[in-house]
Amino acid sequence: MTIELRNISKHFGALKANDSISLTVPPGCIQGILGENGAGKSTLMKIFSGFLKPDSGEIVFDGKSLKIDSPDDAIRLGIGMLHQDPLDFPPFRVIDDFIVGSPGGIVPDRRKALADFNTLSKQFGFSLSAEVRVGSLTVGERQQLEILRLLWLGAKVLILDEPTTGISQAQKEILFATLKTLADQGMTVFFVSHKLEDVEALCTKAAVLRQGALVGSMDRPFDKAALVRMMFGREVELASKSSIAPGKKVLTIKTGSVDSIRLRIKDVNLQVRAGEIIGIAGMEGSGQDLFLRACGGLVEPSGGQFCLDESETPMNGKTYHDYMRQGVTYLPAARLEKGLVPGMSLAEHFTLSVKPKSAFIDKKAAVALSNERIAAFNIKGRPDSPVESLSGGNQQRTLLSLLPEIASLILVEHPTRGLDIESTIYIWGKLKERCTAGTAILFISSDLDEILRYSDKVLVFFAGKVTPLIASESLNVQKLGELIGGVGWDALEANNNA
Amino acid sequence: MLDDRKTRILFGSGSVLVALALTTAIVAATGNNPLQAYANIIQGATGSPNVAANVLVSWVPLALATAGLLFTFTGGLWNIGIEGQITLGAIFCTWALRSLQNTALSPGAIIAVAVAAGMLGGMLWALLAGALKTFGGVNEIFGGLGLNFVATALNLWLIFGPWKRPGVASMSGTLPFEPELWMPTISVQSRLAPVPLVLAALALVTAFILLRGSHFGLRLKAVGKNPRAAYLLGIPTWQHMLLSFALCGAFAGLAGAVQVSAVYHRLIPSISSGYGYTGLMVAMLVNYSPVFAGPVALFFAALGVGSIQLPIVLKLDSSLAGVIQGFLVLFVLMGNGLRLKLLRRKRGTL
Repeated sequence: MTIELRNISKHFGALKANDSISLTVPPGCIQGILGENGAGKSTLMKIFSGFLKPDSGEIVFDGKSLKIDSPDDAIRLGIGMLHQDPLDFPPFRVIDDFIVGSPGGIVPDRRKALADFNTLSKQFGFSLSAEVRVGSLTVGERQQLEILRLLWLGAKVLILDEPTTGISQAQKEILFATLKTLADQGMTVFFVSHKLEDVEALCTKAAVLRQGALVGSMDRPFDKAALVRMMFGREVELASKSSIAPGKKVLTIKTGSVDSIRLRIKDVNLQVRAGEIIGIAGMEGSGQDLFLRACGGLVEPSGGQFCLDESETPMNGKTYHDYMRQGVTYLPAARLEKGLVPGMSLAEHFTLSVKPKSAFIDKKAAVALSNERIAAFNIKGRPDSPVESLSGGNQQRTLLSLLPEIASLILVEHPTRGLDIESTIYIWGKLKERCTAGTAILFISSDLDEILRYSDKVLVFFAGKVTPLIASESLNVQKLGELIGGVGWDALEANNNA
Repeated sequence: MLDDRKTRILFGSGSVLVALALTTAIVAATGNNPLQAYANIIQGATGSPNVAANVLVSWVPLALATAGLLFTFTGGLWNIGIEGQITLGAIFCTWALRSLQNTALSPGAIIAVAVAAGMLGGMLWALLAGALKTFGGVNEIFGGLGLNFVATALNLWLIFGPWKRPGVASMSGTLPFEPELWMPTISVQSRLAPVPLVLAALALVTAFILLRGSHFGLRLKAVGKNPRAAYLLGIPTWQHMLLSFALCGAFAGLAGAVQVSAVYHRLIPSISSGYGYTGLMVAMLVNYSPVFAGPVALFFAALGVGSIQLPIVLKLDSSLAGVIQGFLVLFVLMGNGLRLKLLRRKRGTL
């Protein structure tokens, strides 16, 4: 069906999130919605899927104006939205999550649902098990589950908000293949992203939003440079790698192993030196997260020795707070769930992050500190802004601004997941400042470009196996992609043994 | 945010009016004159210096319990076990008084030790609930509820067993202590003791200072709102939770000790008198604000005391006070929920 968004406007306070946006999308089209963070993409899609109500404007399907008051209305009309952060039920079993939103009466037909689930899953080549807990899935798998669920509920229009953040290259390929198949079947897909490559690889049309307004639109083939200009109003240059000579030992791991219920990582030998940036690549669920947590004492290693600084005494069995006292800090990917405290203001966060001078809070000093940090980290917010009111990029800046002044090792999960290019550059600029000051950084990313661009050395995980450190100059996207997919390991091992 | 404050006041007062209207309707339905009932409650709470003093006597344990609960609520904890903590405070206080009453210590010193023992008792019982949560994975609501039953059983066992009155054990409690071990009151006839009054006020002030102005309070708030983030920010999470339990338990234990040493002068079966549960209501009603906890606790105490003579004057049960209190909490919480929902709708976010 043909979808028209007519003059959609939406304000949040003084902010014009959407300023009279009009867009027509024919059936079978994969419509890319481009724009940096805060451009109004998510707002527009949330209006479309019933999560937000527009101040004005209408949504028209095949010439018929629709009234969408809730996500429930939207899905009944065939509009399904896949949110950036999966809106699912981590404690549920996959099949229960699949069934839960269906209009199946009091007693759902589990057997039929299970059969449908398996058929759909097979159709798209997903390998989801119906009986495992949703919480144990990777972001990519949760996304697949959500797509299946929406299709099962009869979605004819699929909206995906930044779907490629946090999933692996392989999962991304499966996702794109799935979306193309669906589009061929006549489904309309809205693909919201700030990643040009993704839009280029997938979409038939692209519309660009900037500061709440639709600034341009383009059909395939895309003029990449023109799109970038539309997105940012100018050309953007990416920063290059730092070239600091590595210093003293910061973290030494000897035959380290970490276990979880699903995975066993063993025989990791690693040495991280001051000022180094080490990128950790791998398919989601290959053990990177587990390993990174073990490096900070958040998970107890099951064997080997994890030593900090030049010390020979292993830290095994110590808690994260012991690691912190030695200068290790962990930055989680789930900013609002694990990194920040919703309901507390920026000033309160900053106050928490510094060592108190007395038992009582000096309110004036707290405000001064906040203004200083807000300026230093270019955070769009006020000292009394609750953190949940900030945009993703600003939340990440806040998280960075909370890092202790002296850190020997920073462990980061997906430093720029869901952030636009400008924020990404900013965040990496700040991280590299730290490296210049002698801090080592160990980060996980599913963005291969990010890994290759910023890290000095790379570790690749595959099903619990870990490569030795590889100099990033010797890698390219192709080679790294192969290693992530389990190809080329023999050569690597032979090399290593020789 | 003027808009926000306006709607808050509007919905707050609206909720109170609805609660009153519903109570009025219920009184009218029983065939009584609601205005007369209210007049009676007001008369019963303020009519004479004596009843006014009784309101204060009842305010003390309520204010103490509420002050304690502000800490656990800030830490994101539902300390349902506060009733048991009050009871244990009373038991420890009684135990200290019994042990020391025949020693050479001065009565003042004995009372001071007994009050401290009461605080210790409450604290230990609260730490038990906290430890069950932290180390045993038992939700503090269930742990606290279980410990309440244990505390009640322990109390009854003591009253009817080891500490029973000479001769026959009685529901009226243990044998009263000698008057010199009673906390001094303002006059011979009055039950109002100034020391507990000061202690209760101090408890509220302490809660205010610690929760609004200290680093401990801020860290506790962070732990309460997002323990995982708090941990990554370097805050010792379970330690803060246990500390909030300990503080709450100490205040609850103090309440129990006051009931023994200043009000009943003995241990009685229902020594906690539901002050813990009422404290939970007060804390929720004031949205965990240390500023309003004192006045609202006073209002609740006045309702409780004022309704005592309802059955005598009118043919109404004194539980009418509970009806009003319950309705107030219910509708204020509901009003607030509704307000937030409307506000969100107005902003267009679900």
